[in-house]
Amino acid sequence: MNPEKVVFGFFIILSLTLNFGFVLGEIDNPVHRHVYELFAVVVVNFIATILKFGDRSQMGAVLLATSLVAILQLFAATLVWALAVHVNGEGMTEVVTASIVSLSAGAMLANVISVILLIIETVMLRR
Amino acid sequence: MNNIVFLIMRRMRLLLLTLVVVYAVSVLGMTLIPGRDGDGNVWYMDIFHAFYFVSFMSTTIRFGEIPYEFSDAQRLWVTFSLYLTVISWLYAIGTIITLLQDKLFQRAIAERLFARRVRRMREPFYLVCGYGETGETLVRSFTEHGQHVAVLDRDEARISQIQLQNLRDYVPALAADARVPLHLQEAGLRHRDCAGVVAVTDDNETNLKIAITSKLLHPEIQVIARGPGRGRGEYGLFRHRPDHRSLRNLLPLPGQGLADTLPVPAQPLARRRGGRGPGEPLYPPRDGLWLVCGYGRFGKVVAELFRHEGIPAVVVEERPDITGEPPTGYVHGRGTEAETLIEAGIQEAVGIVAGTDDDTNNLSVVMTARELRPDLFVTLRQNDTGNNDLVRAVGADMVMHPSAIVAEQIRILAGHPLLAEFFVLAGQRPNAWACELVSRLSAMVSRHVPVVSEIRLDAGIAPALVEAHERGEKLTLDELFRDPWGRARQLPCILLMLCREGNKIMMPASDTQIEPGDSLLLAGAHRGVARFRWNLAHNAALDYVRSGRVRPQGWLWRHVRFR
Repeated sequence: MNPEKVVFGFFIILSLTLNFGFVLGEIDNPVHRHVYELFAVVVVNFIATILKFGDRSQMGAVLLATSLVAILQLFAATLVWALAVHVNGEGMTEVVTASIVSLSAGAMLANVISVILLIIETVMLRR
Repeated sequence: MNNIVFLIMRRMRLLLLTLVVVYAVSVLGMTLIPGRDGDGNVWYMDIFHAFYFVSFMSTTIRFGEIPYEFSDAQRLWVTFSLYLTVISWLYAIGTIITLLQDKLFQRAIAERLFARRVRRMREPFYLVCGYGETGETLVRSFTEHGQHVAVLDRDEARISQIQLQNLRDYVPALAADARVPLHLQEAGLRHRDCAGVVAVTDDNETNLKIAITSKLLHPEIQVIARGPGRGRGEYGLFRHRPDHRSLRNLLPLPGQGLADTLPVPAQPLARRRGGRGPGEPLYPPRDGLWLVCGYGRFGKVVAELFRHEGIPAVVVEERPDITGEPPTGYVHGRGTEAETLIEAGIQEAVGIVAGTDDDTNNLSVVMTARELRPDLFVTLRQNDTGNNDLVRAVGADMVMHPSAIVAEQIRILAGHPLLAEFFVLAGQRPNAWACELVSRLSAMVSRHVPVVSEIRLDAGIAPALVEAHERGEKLTLDELFRDPWGRARQLPCILLMLCREGNKIMMPASDTQIEPGDSLLLAGAHRGVARFRWNLAHNAALDYVRSGRVRPQGWLWRHVRFR
């Protein structure tokens, strides 16, 4: 067992599960969203991205790309949140909630691809 | 490029992870700890403000407590996260500085810069592998003749010397192992404008490897490599002919070893052009005894040559147990003391060769010999370019600097591919033929070293000739080699070889016809070659040397005369 692989897999899957948990619920219902959940998703995604740095294989490059996409999406989602709640002061309206959730749903898609790639790599190793 | 990015990413990974975790913990703590607002109500910081606060807290310690004064619990947490973030930033800065100083990182950047500079070359250049004595002299010679060069050498110290050497051209150089094909490619092996590869490292195996790599990756270019000579010490030069596919054509070049520059006159032409630079041809005495001090690589070549020419020679050697005993016997000693030289017979000698591998010893030999016999013909071997001033001061009749000689030969060969072909063919001719050629050349150039020039007759360099040929006129060698300033005179230069569609004609007869597309190899006085080019380029000159009359050049006059 390679401890590096354990940590690596842990964070990649954790970023997907947290992301999924955040997206789960009615898309425009702010009650189903908690800010700490988004915070955790962002932090774990950052860690997952950094863990992918420096892998020169083709697989590593695609994994890094998916993570960068997820981060970009999540960054947009947090920006929308911060603008709505703190800058404009309009609060978590249905429109705002919907756009935050759809942005993070996009990030989740990227995370799904990440996990699929991880599974493919694992299967290939087992051949 | 990729190397550098991956190196940075790999090194920064742990550092970035630390920063993310530290920031996450600090932000989380700030949002969880209750504070009191101005009215004493319980108040929690939201994530947005917590992130804002932590961001400026860790980088600038002078901060205010916003938006309300902190509770003691918050202050405790801020103190804790303050140390955490500051320490992780110090760690980050330390890591970045270490990375910048890292040898591997610096080498990756140097390699990338070098590859980019070579890629951007837009004029023909030579790739020189090995920057020892020979490589250094060669690069200087190349740049002084307006030729671009790129350099590879394994030794970083030698590469950094290039910047201090005040060369006329900017020479991109990289400290890397030339045996690795990737490095050769970075140095421009596959570049469109790469004119040739010269392998002059101190290791013959390496040179061979470079030659093979070059041959396989860029078959069209010229390759010149130094390798073990056949019975001529280690100064043999090999050249690969671009028009042959197999490696067996890494031919040793006849007459291109060190022996060609030795003080024995009436050698074939190849041996006359020693690359001594402009100056008088020398005729060392042949009838009498010669002393050869030192029986190393150089001394062996010299002694062998004297034996071949039938000139009596005595070898003086201090350590025959290392160098091996010469078959003809030797005198034991260094040659720097008068007794040894007298024992070797300096009183009857006509010349001496100071040929050890130590410049100090050689200079000492010359001074001792001069003291005993001021009229002696003295030949000095110079090993180190740094001793130029001393060598000039001691005033030997002839100085041989093997590295410089080899370098000059490589430069001439690289610039004149036909010349090498000529040497190959000339080596098959009898000695008398070569002697005649040498005396003809000597008469033309009188006191100077002959100029060699290679001309390909196309519309660019020979417009007059091409035009005349299109009019259907036949041009013979005899006409073209007349002086455009007085057609009764012959130009002081010789056509050594004519190359037409792959056929090589040595010294063609004077009634041979010249056609556009031919390649010519000329040798002779500079004046002769220059005026020959006139004949090729100017209609008026060409008309004059052919018929003695100048045809009107202008449109009007041509019509008036020829109506």
